[in-house]
Order: sequence, then structure tokens, then C-alpha cells
Amino acid sequence: MKPRRVVITGIGAISAIGRNVPEFADSLREGRCGFAPIELVDRTKLRFQQAAEIRGYKAEDYFSPKEATMLDRFAQFATIAAREAVAEAGLEPGGKEFRRATVITGSCVGGQTTEDQGFDDLYLKGRPRINPLIIPKTMANAGASRISLEFGVNGGVYTISTACSSASHAIGQAFWAIRQGSADLAITGGSEAMFSMGILKAWEAMRVVSTETCRPFSKDRRGLILGEGGAMMTLEALDSAKARGAKILGEIVGFGMSSDGHHLTQPSVDGPALALEAALADAGLEGGQIGYVNAHGTGTVANDPTEVKAMRQVFGAHADKLAISSTKSMHGHTLGAAGALEGIATVLTLRDGFFPPTVNFTEPDPECDMDVIPNEGRPGTAEYAFSNSFAFGGLNAVLVFRARDAV
Amino acid sequence: MSDDLTKRVIDCIAETQHLEAEKITVESSFEELGIDSLDGINILFAVETEFDISIPDEAAKDIRTVREMAEGVAKLVAEKASSGSPS
Repeated sequence: MKPRRVVITGIGAISAIGRNVPEFADSLREGRCGFAPIELVDRTKLRFQQAAEIRGYKAEDYFSPKEATMLDRFAQFATIAAREAVAEAGLEPGGKEFRRATVITGSCVGGQTTEDQGFDDLYLKGRPRINPLIIPKTMANAGASRISLEFGVNGGVYTISTACSSASHAIGQAFWAIRQGSADLAITGGSEAMFSMGILKAWEAMRVVSTETCRPFSKDRRGLILGEGGAMMTLEALDSAKARGAKILGEIVGFGMSSDGHHLTQPSVDGPALALEAALADAGLEGGQIGYVNAHGTGTVANDPTEVKAMRQVFGAHADKLAISSTKSMHGHTLGAAGALEGIATVLTLRDGFFPPTVNFTEPDPECDMDVIPNEGRPGTAEYAFSNSFAFGGLNAVLVFRARDAV
Repeated sequence: MSDDLTKRVIDCIAETQHLEAEKITVESSFEELGIDSLDGINILFAVETEFDISIPDEAAKDIRTVREMAEGVAKLVAEKASSGSPS
């Protein structure tokens, strides 16, 4: 089969800076930072205090009481985002389009928050038994499976867990599946809800979470801020999307991945550079055609200069003309959902002709000397944009988006 | 099988299934209450916790009605009392 063009026909997102895509888009435009003191666990036991939680979230607003007890928070976020994307795509649950659809999601932590509570009952409270629902609630594919059940999806449904690249890997696989013809429709993205004491204490011990705020590319950056959320998009072959009169929001034109093969947590320049090059090659583009990059930009001491070096290596002189930003400075680092939330931020950037800022920026760092759109977003158009994800374990994934006007 | 025990079993089912206890009687079947196999496992967990008993897999697999559940629980509660094991 001839490779098919792959378009985005629906997007959905829930995060600290918006319960849906219109709210998310407004926040990105306004540079609204979603960080606040942690409420979901006892923060007096933690060295870091800030996080990007979805304040006031109530499962009952989205699910029946029984459904809510069957789903960990991360699977709820996956479902909520998928509902918004599918509705925007104009698809009805149970519709015939889902027969040859695929669901590919990303999650790093999965349902470990549920597991944490169960193990607390077992080990700490000394209870002789724990809730059996921990098994189906904890599985990393719980979100993907729920989406499949809700919409009646009959194609391949699976979940990729590659730390902070999970969602980008997932979207990349979904893009390739449609391009090569093994699926006609995809619901793809990622979700994460990591706020349990066990997980936060482990992050604290990693010493990469900022004890104040997240300042990507800023000289005084102190680390990342964890965020929860979910983001999903529907992908379709251009021809079938057009045939059914679907609204087209953008296009995915390339996906590249690589492994550092170097160190479990220390980033390298070569690994990300290979993924950037692979993405360009997959899209059949030259570096000079990329106008915006939604950077991985975690705000850790190690990531940001490494990412800038990798981009300079790949883009050469064009790097000086390239606008990049880290929207993690607003919605936090959502780990396995990051590539999806940032992928949608990239789609919105191209659709709306507005480059979102890197907020909380105070001081330029000579080691991160690119245009990082500090603190205030600005109008700007691009035909093509990258969304970067570079994960612990040395796993890199880069998606290439194209503006809908160009489709 | 006391009324009190039956009521506690019904309350376990009502709570895990998000049903009104008044709508569940000792004659209700799991099928008519919309209880599927996964729900059943969750109810077993709730009942085990409520009565501090351990329901063996063999005994659990044939339970289809509230009455069967209550009878099975009554038997296990009686066994626990006669063996004098601390609860």
C-alpha cells in the first residue's frame, strides 16, 4: 500500500492549566503557570512543595460512582481526553469507524497510585487482604482498555511505557500504523497521575524536582515540577478524513526515535540528535523547514543544555532562527503524558499562529542560547514543528507536525 | 443464617456495586443485580473484610445469589467461631 498522509481530526486534554483544549489553549497563550502547593499528599513530608495538580478534580463529574471505583486517576484522565478528542472528530461511540481503529497510549507510572494505597493497607496497616481491583486498575494499559471499551474499538490496543517518551512513542506508532495502512483511525496520546507519597518520595530522592519552581533554559533553573494530566488525539488517513467531511486540525508528517545507549539517567547529545535527524528523514524535510520546537525542556540542570546542543548539532545555523519553548513551565512534567500534552500544544501553536512562552524565565544561560520565547508568547507562524521527548533510560522520540493550512 | 448476617452481606454488595440496599433481597440473583465476574470478585473481597474470613476459591466460584453468599458466609463464620481462632 502506498504510504498515506495522516491528519489530526480531534484533540482532547486535561491538565493543571485546563480541563479541556480551549482552556489549555488559553493558558498557553496567556503563559499561565499551573503550579501550586501540593494537596493530594501530605507535602510537609516532602522537600519539594509545588506541583501541577488538577485542582478540584472530582471523578464523579465524569464517571458514575461505580465506574470511578474501577479506574485509577491516570485511566480517568486518559478517558476524559479521549472523549473530547473523539467528540471533536465527530465520531459516535460504537461507530463503524472504530472497527479498524487502534488505541495506543503512553504512561510511565500507570496505576501505581492505586497500588501504593493497596500496599499501604497490606504492609503498613497489616491488613490480611487487599482490593482485587488493584490488578486491573494498576495495569499500564488500563486507560487504553477503558477507551477501547467506551468507543467499541476492535483493532490493536496497547500501551507503551518508556518513561517521559511514552506518549511520543505511542503517537509515533499510531502515526506509522495509519501511514502504512494497518489501521484507519487511531486514538493516541498519554496520561499520568503520579501523586502518591511513595512515588513523590522516590522523585525527591532522585534530586531532579525543583524545590521552588520550574525555569526551563534559565540559568538559575533548579529542576522539574511534576504534573498530572491526560491528552489524546484522533488520527486518520487524509483521504478517509476528507471523505467523511472531518475537520482537519493538523498533520503528522514524521516520527523519529533513538536510544542513547549510554547511561540510565544522564542525557547525551548524540542520542537526541539522532532522533531529531531520524524525524527529519522520516518526514522528508530539511532542518531549515522547521519553524518551532516544543522542547523537552524539563528545567533540570542536565537536560536543557544537552537538548540545545543536540538541536544546534542538527539544525546548524538555522538554530539561531528557530523559536523553541518548554510548555512544561506551565503544565509541569507529566512524564508519560508529556509527549501528548506537548504534541497538542504544538498542534495549537501551528493552528493558531501563536508561539507559547517558556514561563518563569529569569536569566539567560549561555549554555542554552536559543530563542526560548521567555515569559511572553508571541504571534508566529510555521509550517512545520517538532515536539521533543527525551526519557530516562536514554530513549528519545521526536514528532513532526504540519500546520493544517498546509494540508 | 441470621437476618443481621444477611443484612451485612447485602450492605457489602450495595456498597461495592453502588446500589441501594433496599433493592437487594436475599432472593436476588447476581445476574439480575447486574453483577459480573469482576464485580463478584470485588464483593468477595468486601465480604471477607467485613467478616474477617477467608473464602476459598472453590467455594467462591459457585455463588450466584445473595442467599448462597449469605449461607456460605454463615458457614465460614461458624467454623471460625468453633475453631476458636482469634478474629
